[in-house]
Amino acid sequence: MTVPLTGRAAAAAGDDRELRAPDPGPGEEVGAGAAPALPWSQRHLLDLDIVSPAEIDSVLTLAERMLEVLERRIARVPTLRGFTVFTLFYEPSTRTRASFELAGKVLGADVVNVSPQSASVQKGESLVDTVRTLSAMEANAIVMRHASAGAPYLAARHSAASIVNAGDGAHAHPTQALLDLFTIRRQLGGIAGRRVVMIGDIAHSRVARSDIWGLTAMGAEVVICGPPTLLPRGLRAGERPEHAREALPPVRVETDIRRALEGADVVMALRLQAERQQGGLLPSLREYARLYQVTAERFALARPGALLMHPGPKNEGIEIASDIATGDHSIIERQVTNGVAVRMALLYLLSGRGAPEAAGGAS
Amino acid sequence: MTTLAIHNGRVVDPALGRDGIADVVIVDGRVARVGPGEGEMVVEAERIDATGLVVAPGFVDLHCHLRQPGFEYKETVASGTRAAARGGFTTLCAMPNTEPPLDSRAAVESVLKEVDSSALVRVLPIGCITRGRAGRELAPAGELAESGVVALSDDGDAVSDPHVMRQALSYSTAFGFPIAQHCEDPELVRDGQMHEGWVATWLGLRGRPASAEETLVARDIALAEQSGAHLHIAHISTAGAVALVRAARARGARITAEVTPHHLTLTHEAVAFPADGDYRELRYDTHAKVNPPLREEADVAACVEALREGVIDAVATDHAPHAGSDKEIEFDLAAPGISGLETAFGLLMSLVHEGALTLPELIERLTAGPARAWRLDEREGLEGLGTLAPGAVGDAVVLDPEASWVVDPAAFASLGRNTPLAGRTLRGRVVATVVSGHLAHRLATVGAL
Repeated sequence: MTVPLTGRAAAAAGDDRELRAPDPGPGEEVGAGAAPALPWSQRHLLDLDIVSPAEIDSVLTLAERMLEVLERRIARVPTLRGFTVFTLFYEPSTRTRASFELAGKVLGADVVNVSPQSASVQKGESLVDTVRTLSAMEANAIVMRHASAGAPYLAARHSAASIVNAGDGAHAHPTQALLDLFTIRRQLGGIAGRRVVMIGDIAHSRVARSDIWGLTAMGAEVVICGPPTLLPRGLRAGERPEHAREALPPVRVETDIRRALEGADVVMALRLQAERQQGGLLPSLREYARLYQVTAERFALARPGALLMHPGPKNEGIEIASDIATGDHSIIERQVTNGVAVRMALLYLLSGRGAPEAAGGAS
Repeated sequence: MTTLAIHNGRVVDPALGRDGIADVVIVDGRVARVGPGEGEMVVEAERIDATGLVVAPGFVDLHCHLRQPGFEYKETVASGTRAAARGGFTTLCAMPNTEPPLDSRAAVESVLKEVDSSALVRVLPIGCITRGRAGRELAPAGELAESGVVALSDDGDAVSDPHVMRQALSYSTAFGFPIAQHCEDPELVRDGQMHEGWVATWLGLRGRPASAEETLVARDIALAEQSGAHLHIAHISTAGAVALVRAARARGARITAEVTPHHLTLTHEAVAFPADGDYRELRYDTHAKVNPPLREEADVAACVEALREGVIDAVATDHAPHAGSDKEIEFDLAAPGISGLETAFGLLMSLVHEGALTLPELIERLTAGPARAWRLDEREGLEGLGTLAPGAVGDAVVLDPEASWVVDPAAFASLGRNTPLAGRTLRGRVVATVVSGHLAHRLATVGAL
């Protein structure tokens, strides 16, 4: 088991006033009050492009109630007792893994962390074998992160358990997108019609892809901005056939950060990997910072009250200026707390334990 | 004296301009006579009734991988040539990326020995351009020529060093065989997994840009024109590369080219939408992972048009069989390649059915087109290859252009069941295959007279 307290501590570090509502005490079930049925038909969560807006709404609605649970003094409910979650991370991760682990434990699930040694995972049979093995151990959900785009799809073909994609190569990171959506909705009161600007390494970012799907599905306008070498092909209308719309929804593409930021409701700075410079995609990190760093002065081009977000971990002084990263507009730490709530909601929905009010009888 | 007579089929022999009902009589491995009623004149013969069917010269494949020696779990000479016979291919040019690679006389002779004992169709080996396919030192082209190779290629990898490629092209002019280049610049491809375009962006897979092919085609055409060498562009796949070849040929350069059935019919979308449904767990279909990658619709259209014009000389399968364990893994670890011999004709017939090519045009690009591109028909013992001219090599196929069948990889003769076409219905089937006057394949449904 690895550091379960990181995410919990991070959660506790959020806005104390909002999170510490009157404590109803331990043991009470989630969503014991009346609630409408929540649409959800996914067996796995592989990416967001096939999740309907109604299903996304289910996660966000349920996450609100999960946030209430997290606010309790003893945040633990028996809702998912007997439900077993394996985390299977082929790439290092602190926050995402801890967030899932905490989410499972708060709901009373058994959480087992598996950390395959990368040396023994050079051949893909290992992934299939591992997934089959975990399935045989009666896993209910396997939360996996893998360096290969599409690896969760391979796992899903061999798994009796629900596969939750916690990041696959440069492809998708759907729970990050869900927590971003949740954060935007909580902070701004809605998502539809809002302009969300993502700045940085779009080409290599799984967060950017999932956010583009999720945000456009929920009616937001998406602008992406970065140096041309870090913008993927096929996002502009002329670079793809019309029928590609559903896979890659239309976004506005900018290479000038000032033009991109004008009128933004949400500004997301993406992590820049140092390898991009070594790979010849950037002249230098210094030049990147000069052209694309989100600074206080540039952020002022956004709408008043705009949100500043970052999926973490941040490179302060590169994609985001230090002063603004922890400033008033920044909700980066709240994203972490919200991440736990969203993952709780997701595990709950994947458990197939009916509408939450039905599960409330144990209180 | 052994005689085989194919009766009453529509004989399509594009090189001779023949297209009509006739009998084909093959005696002692050579075409003896073709004409109406000729079969009736033969007293004692094995007979095939081709009534209602098409009879054509045997197909010639300039590009396939038989994997032996070294990768017998993927394919062997025996299994690969059985697959060829089922697909109507009577002559295979086999790529040298075996283990050991075919960069010496001894290696070529060991393959030829295996061919003698187990091949069901004719196999013509291709030798390496560079020693060990490492791209640094020239392989002994003269020794390889003496041992019987029909071309040189480091296929699977491009010869990327321009100096090495220049010398290889120049040196080859002493032997008169082509240098077949896998045109993808490794410096541009890097660790690309599929065509660089919107599908790669959608799936988060690193792209192999069209420019990686086009820059190398342009470079190698310039190098070939300077030395007067014969450069063959293997599996051409982009509209830009087609334009370069068209312009070079118009200048009179000795440039030939081949295109695969999959690059003529499939696009990069096959990676995301497998043939047997777009059920989302099937995305990242490694069976559609191939190098060069499946491209875009405009590229497919340009390749089809160039094939029709004859700017592309030949269809070649790039039959690349792999074991299940090479494919049922993460996309970026999966081996590239498609097992294509058994589906080639059915897949290509879709171009005829939709009117993009005529049947004689398609047959020409599978027979005389490739034979002439590499001057195989000028080699001793291969006279008339790709035609049914009297005296020609006695290879023929009987085709049913209308027969529909469902691709079932489990039923392949090839050990490689890696096809993106599983479950797809193809219209057009090879009914019988004759190699040097002997039946190498016949569907059970076809009766003897």
